[in-house]
Amino acid sequence: MNELIRLLAYMLGLAAFLGLNLAYLGWVERKGAGHFQRRTGPKDVGPYGLLQPLADGLKLMSKQLVVPANADRALYMCAPILIMVPAVLLFVAIPFGEHLVPREFNFGLLMMFAFASVGGLSILIGGWGSGNKYSLIAGARAVSQNVAYEIPMLITAINIVMITGSMDLNEIVRQQGAYIWNWNIFRLDKSLLMPISFLVFFICSLAETNRTPFDMGECEGELVAGYHTEYGGMGFGLFMMAEYANLVIGCSLTTILFLGGWQSPIGIFPGPHWFLLKMYFLIWCFVWIRWTYPRTTFWGLLNLSWKYLIPFSLVNLLLTALFIKVF
Amino acid sequence: MSSLAQSQLRETFELNIGPQHPATHGVLRIKVVMDGEYIDRAEPILGYIHRMHEKMGENRTWNQFWPNMGRLDYLSAMAYNHCYAGLVERAMEIVVPERAEYIRVITAELNRIQSHLLGFGAYIMDLGGFTPLMYAMDEREQILDLLESVTGSRLTYCYFRFGGVYNDIDDDFITGTRAFIKRFRPQIPMYHKLVTGNAILMDRLIGVGPVSADMCRKYGATGPVLRGSGVNYDIRRNEPYSVYPELDFDIPVYKECDSMARYMVRMDEMVQSCRIIEQALNKLPEGPVMAEKVPKALKPPKGDFHYAVEAARGTFSMRAVSDGTNTAYRMRLRSPTYSNVSLFEEASRGMLLSDALAFLGSLDPVIPEMDR
Repeated sequence: MNELIRLLAYMLGLAAFLGLNLAYLGWVERKGAGHFQRRTGPKDVGPYGLLQPLADGLKLMSKQLVVPANADRALYMCAPILIMVPAVLLFVAIPFGEHLVPREFNFGLLMMFAFASVGGLSILIGGWGSGNKYSLIAGARAVSQNVAYEIPMLITAINIVMITGSMDLNEIVRQQGAYIWNWNIFRLDKSLLMPISFLVFFICSLAETNRTPFDMGECEGELVAGYHTEYGGMGFGLFMMAEYANLVIGCSLTTILFLGGWQSPIGIFPGPHWFLLKMYFLIWCFVWIRWTYPRTTFWGLLNLSWKYLIPFSLVNLLLTALFIKVF
Repeated sequence: MSSLAQSQLRETFELNIGPQHPATHGVLRIKVVMDGEYIDRAEPILGYIHRMHEKMGENRTWNQFWPNMGRLDYLSAMAYNHCYAGLVERAMEIVVPERAEYIRVITAELNRIQSHLLGFGAYIMDLGGFTPLMYAMDEREQILDLLESVTGSRLTYCYFRFGGVYNDIDDDFITGTRAFIKRFRPQIPMYHKLVTGNAILMDRLIGVGPVSADMCRKYGATGPVLRGSGVNYDIRRNEPYSVYPELDFDIPVYKECDSMARYMVRMDEMVQSCRIIEQALNKLPEGPVMAEKVPKALKPPKGDFHYAVEAARGTFSMRAVSDGTNTAYRMRLRSPTYSNVSLFEEASRGMLLSDALAFLGSLDPVIPEMDR
């Protein structure tokens, strides 16, 4: 019975957390963009435009779902759902606090990567099923991008697994101590390249979430709107929400692996608030980057991954292994 | 492998970029044959906003043709005003008061800055950076307000008249312009810091879209495209008109022939335009702004007249054949981006799609001017 109540509480909690994030990250992004661009951002709907996400949602939901004539109907309809499911599922493994984990289990990290790949697949399905050439190009791009960036991301994550000896996300956090120098990003006693590993991981999560400067899947200057060109109404809304869900997950994972999760930087009051603070700081960085940098080319993106990030992370892996063996 | 087998192996597909596409900034359509992500052949197709401006010039009186001058290149309409005024003044041998010429130069250069600002912002937006556009818009707004205060309109100016300008500028405009220049000057180094020095941007612009000087000559490309290919050609210096010979300014020329060179030419031209405006404001003489005795019903003498100006995107020239009646016998408009974009087909061969669109943006096309 207790277990059932716990399950229900977590499901409700996660749904609320997710819903709030998906709605209000859009607001944060628009408000942030506004202030970066010498304007105010949304301000008319509610105080500080806080009701804007509701208005947006209402508008998107009230729109007619139009399936293009030469789209593959089944694929077209299931792609937005398929991109949403893994994004929602992944929250199950995230340790928000030491005792605030929906489901603590040994292979949290593995599950993260396994389901994250499904996101790339659903972009391909959406792009292919739309029956639009722009969408098709975008889908093809998204897949090669996801493949290219998952490799260095995984290899970098293996570093952490080697250091901590666990794939349990909560255990990884527990092993990072209470002070800032005990976090994986600064644990130079384990590997000297830790800060750079963090950078690689951060860049990869930028690419994995399809954010500028790596938003090849939806570069509006070339491919109109990329894989969601043909989507309107809530189909588009789901793609947008999935982007934010992936953003939250990417930043959570970075926080857990490198920034000490729920651990406190000053040694007191560890708890979920630190986790959220770090995560939202990273999200803010993502927003900041998006509204500052132009987009790379698709070729530049693959070059960066295959020529720099992958060789570097391989060397990094070897050095870390050597370091662990020697010391 | 025989060439036939090769061509069968290569799988190409056609992609229509436009007429409604965010990268074309209007109703330009580019029919692209793609080989994967590479461009096999890109053919710009014009005509979606053709309004027969030349014919309009022939079937309405000289004065009635004025509003059309604001509707060619709606971003630097003042230069087009200047050209038409100059053309008819040359034909009628009207002497324009000096104050009017200075006002023409001031407004035309403000308009040039405005046009380049939008070109800059929209170009970076093509490359995926949205913020610089908003910064540019913020500055541009000041110019539009200034020009609105003297001309009454914000984009489609119809401010010049045969023999002068419609309105004298007032002190508010002069102090406002000085304040704008003072405010705008430090912005350009800021843009360079924020945008030009960015590694991603340099990667996308340097070496992309090479346009040789020969290719420019072949297609008649002018303006920043030509000056970005190392040719020092600017009507304001090469065929001086108005009061430009009395003003001290440089013509920025870059030899790199790539998108970055064209971008830098535009950025530097804004600085030079600031210099021109400051000097013109300092030298601004007193006096009337309209020539006396300009006939209401214009009938230029028989003949073939030509006038060229440097618009923001290159050389704009008009040629009118007059048969002595109150309409032109033939009106010919030579617009710069029509020539600039016509080199796109040759230059974009074998480019990546994203590079080609970055290249198209660096040509800074304005569609209504291309189609006329």
